[in-house]
Amino acid sequence: MSKIVRTVANQLILFIFIFGLYIIIHGHITPGGGFQGGAVIASGAALMIVAFGSSRIQKGIKEKHLSILESSGAVIFIGLAFAGLAAAGVFFFNTLIGSPVFGHTPPTGPNPGDIWTGGIIPLMNVAVGLKVFAGLSAIILVMALASSGEEVEE
Amino acid sequence: MRNFVASLFLGIAIVFLVSSALLVHPFGEPPAPMDDYIIQNAQAETGANNVVAAVLFDYRGFDTLGEATILFTAVTGVVMLFRKKETAEK
Repeated sequence: MSKIVRTVANQLILFIFIFGLYIIIHGHITPGGGFQGGAVIASGAALMIVAFGSSRIQKGIKEKHLSILESSGAVIFIGLAFAGLAAAGVFFFNTLIGSPVFGHTPPTGPNPGDIWTGGIIPLMNVAVGLKVFAGLSAIILVMALASSGEEVEE
Repeated sequence: MRNFVASLFLGIAIVFLVSSALLVHPFGEPPAPMDDYIIQNAQAETGANNVVAAVLFDYRGFDTLGEATILFTAVTGVVMLFRKKETAEK
């Protein structure tokens, strides 16, 4: 794309990533969560691919790396679910409630919010966010490469 | 014959959809006991201020697991469609 698009993308990309990370990490306090934040970060990746061209992006990030990220997100998610099964005998049991890590419980009703609440919910948000970001970015990258006539390096 | 079978299934689907649209209970009315239970107890039980996140990742984790599986399948399908063409020598 033109120099204007590349310059603006260069400036914006950091803020898009930070906003997506904020949505993922505060998913248990404010509206949002893993899916939404992952989609925001993937939109930043789409901006990079559109601005700089898929072949130039592919020198740094290959489809293989994104697939590994997505699979690790899925493994973390299912592993947390099985942790509940191992600790309490219930699949998806919230095992971290009461522990010092993410274990606080807020009072019922409106309250200022606390990052150390939610049990396994913040961890699952991070796992799902990683998975959605990597999955959508892989789809966009592979499609952009195919439409520009380049071959996907695996 | 195929047209008859297709229109039969379409008719069954339309009857099912219309009847379920007529039978669905109106929004928020009457309040189901589950709604009140989740609103009252989600913060104390899961510790998450965002009750939607509490429902997604704690009360109905299986739903999110299925959603993640769907995304994984979609990515697998797209990458398989656009993968590098192997030369057909083997």
